[in-house]
Amino acid sequence: MSETKSIMIVGVGGQGTLLASRILGSALLSLGHDVKLSEVHGMSQRGGSVVTYVKYGDKVYSPIVDRGEADYILSFERLEAARWLGWLKKGGELIVNDQRINPMPVITGAAQYPDGVLEKIRALGANMLDVDALSLALEAGSSKAVNVVLIGVLASMMDISEDVWMRALEDNVKPKFLEMNKKAFALGYAAGKR
Amino acid sequence: MKQLLLGNAAVARGLYEAGCRFVSAYPGTPSTEISEQAALYDEIYAEWAPNEKVAMEAAIGAAFGGARSFCAMKHVGLNVAADPLFTASYTGVNAGMLIAVADDPGMHSSQNEQDSRHYAEAAKLPMVEPADSAECLEFTKIAYEISEQFDTPVILRTCTRVAHSQSLVELSERKEPELRPFEKNPRKYVMMPGNAIGRHVVVEERQAKLLEYAETTPLNRVEMGDTSIGFITSGTAYQYLREVFPNASILKLGFVNPLPVKLIQDFAAKVDRLIVCEELDPFIENHCRAIGVKVDGGKDIFGLQGELSQSRVAQRMGLEAKPAVDFSEAVPARPPVLCPGCPHRGLFYTLHKLGVTVFGDIGCYTLGALPPLAAVDTTVCMGASISGMHGFNTVRGGESAKNTVSVTGDSTFMHSGITSLIDLVYNNGSSTAIILDNSITGMTGHQQNPTTGKTLKGTPAPAVSIERLCEAIGVKAENIRVVDPYALKELEQVVREELAKDEPSVIIARRPCALLPEVKPQPALVVDTDKCVGCKMCMKIGCPAISVNDGKCAIDPTLCVGCDLCIQMCRPGAIGKTQEV
Repeated sequence: MSETKSIMIVGVGGQGTLLASRILGSALLSLGHDVKLSEVHGMSQRGGSVVTYVKYGDKVYSPIVDRGEADYILSFERLEAARWLGWLKKGGELIVNDQRINPMPVITGAAQYPDGVLEKIRALGANMLDVDALSLALEAGSSKAVNVVLIGVLASMMDISEDVWMRALEDNVKPKFLEMNKKAFALGYAAGKR
Repeated sequence: MKQLLLGNAAVARGLYEAGCRFVSAYPGTPSTEISEQAALYDEIYAEWAPNEKVAMEAAIGAAFGGARSFCAMKHVGLNVAADPLFTASYTGVNAGMLIAVADDPGMHSSQNEQDSRHYAEAAKLPMVEPADSAECLEFTKIAYEISEQFDTPVILRTCTRVAHSQSLVELSERKEPELRPFEKNPRKYVMMPGNAIGRHVVVEERQAKLLEYAETTPLNRVEMGDTSIGFITSGTAYQYLREVFPNASILKLGFVNPLPVKLIQDFAAKVDRLIVCEELDPFIENHCRAIGVKVDGGKDIFGLQGELSQSRVAQRMGLEAKPAVDFSEAVPARPPVLCPGCPHRGLFYTLHKLGVTVFGDIGCYTLGALPPLAAVDTTVCMGASISGMHGFNTVRGGESAKNTVSVTGDSTFMHSGITSLIDLVYNNGSSTAIILDNSITGMTGHQQNPTTGKTLKGTPAPAVSIERLCEAIGVKAENIRVVDPYALKELEQVVREELAKDEPSVIIARRPCALLPEVKPQPALVVDTDKCVGCKMCMKIGCPAISVNDGKCAIDPTLCVGCDLCIQMCRPGAIGKTQEV
């Protein structure tokens, strides 16, 4: 019996974390796993901190991932990586999009955006890969493809074949954006392998 | 073939497979997607009602009319629909009727965390509670059987983690029940005292039969394992327990009202230590105590507030927490904000600037309470803005009506703001009500409403004219003003003028939600750092795209949609469109 694996996708409402989790979910489903995804809708989607959970294995019970449980955390923004660091399992992998989006308390001056977030995370001993997903997304054709670039990075660390990922993309993105998203995925995959 | 479905989509699939023909709902997180998904099936008529009470009454009528019917709402929506709920329990149904209610423990997107199970008990209605998507589908179908077997509406209760989690389901074909004949039967359907007295007897007899059903239904399941500890649980709490205690004995209740007696007593007798694990109120726990079952732990362990999770269950049961390394310093919070380009931003900036008291309501615009806009002073429930302001101004008298406004969204105005405005106008109030018309129901994710000219199915519909409706209520035409909230100067002028009047006024701040597909984002604005003097006036509108970099304002091009609001704030003229700077 294989152990349940846990993945978290964290970011800022509006960054497309939901689509990323759905692509991941359909790839895992096609491999015959039991899969659960937990999403956040409603008020948090309006620019707040958002998190989706993806779990798979022979039998998954809880749909959520708790502190110290995530095998992978895919963070769409630096500060969110810091926020959710405690959810990473010992030996888990953290992938961070090196993008800064100021939360409102920082904009109003009520709080400071910490300096050197990535260096500090690394100093804590976490396995971390940082990627400039926004540049890669723009290279693929749209800043909106940050989510698919990051799924590409995650894919480079998981033992799932390319055709499974391509089918998952086809099932979840609109046909007119498919080619752009395939390019975004490939750029992310290459960045992860570097 | 197995499919991954959202809990809400699985309920919708259950409606389809059970042959449901009629769906009516008002959107509310986390229940909204049930109706949106049901609307995708051609065989199901599905509509947005103006509010939950109307939705439930329409579903009652459809069930009387012989078709399997459905209505959905969030937990607080059931408060709105409580009136028909209690009496539909007396009338019973004809064809099956299901009411879905989605609770929100932890308040991801709600103003309270009430426990809907109390409604089932108080209204004497059966309630089922699924724990994942497969059960959402299955329990929906079984609920219609229960409804028709016992002649009663049935409540299906979910929570955020069931409604908004995806898990595997197996699909089946639709079974299409015949439309049942409607036979006139005033003793059953006309609830005046003489008839209702008789129906109450029927309700109590039905309760006794439902209790028998609760003892044997497969919705309640005993999973015997290690008998040193036994848990009684339901819904999502079951998943957390199973993850933490794979070998424990568990009585998983899927039929949560009325709760079984003998089944619980028998289970309790087989285990050394009995723990009740449930989110929110001690509903199952109190029942256990009432029937004389010794409970060794319940709310004293798990608490009354918020959500459970596997680690909360583990830690409160005395198990060690998993090792975790936190970030080395405090991480600033990231509360939700009004989106870049949000038409509400200009209004809240203006209200904050004028220093007025603002009675708020439920929707995206509740976010106008957060700094730096910090304009909203009260939020209670759907529709409470105008009526609350009326009471406030009436008791405070004097200049209060000249310094107080209410803010209500278009959908919320249709929901229950209209009757509040009638209260104000009919009783000779002089307050100023602002209606934020962004042409959609925003917070729940863009649902049509009676003002938008489209139905849930996407077909064209007559659009309610807010202006003409307010006029018909009795607001004078010259006191009904329509203004674009992007035009800051004009907006401020209009608010000042209407506040000064000794008559009731309505200001309609009208501009479509910036996230609607038909609203095309404009090119991002740019800052001329030579002209920027670092006055931070542009920061006062609380736009997430604007921040200060080395003393000068900076605009994030990936967030900015070019709404021009900050251009109006910038006195030195440092912000402009790309080609102008």
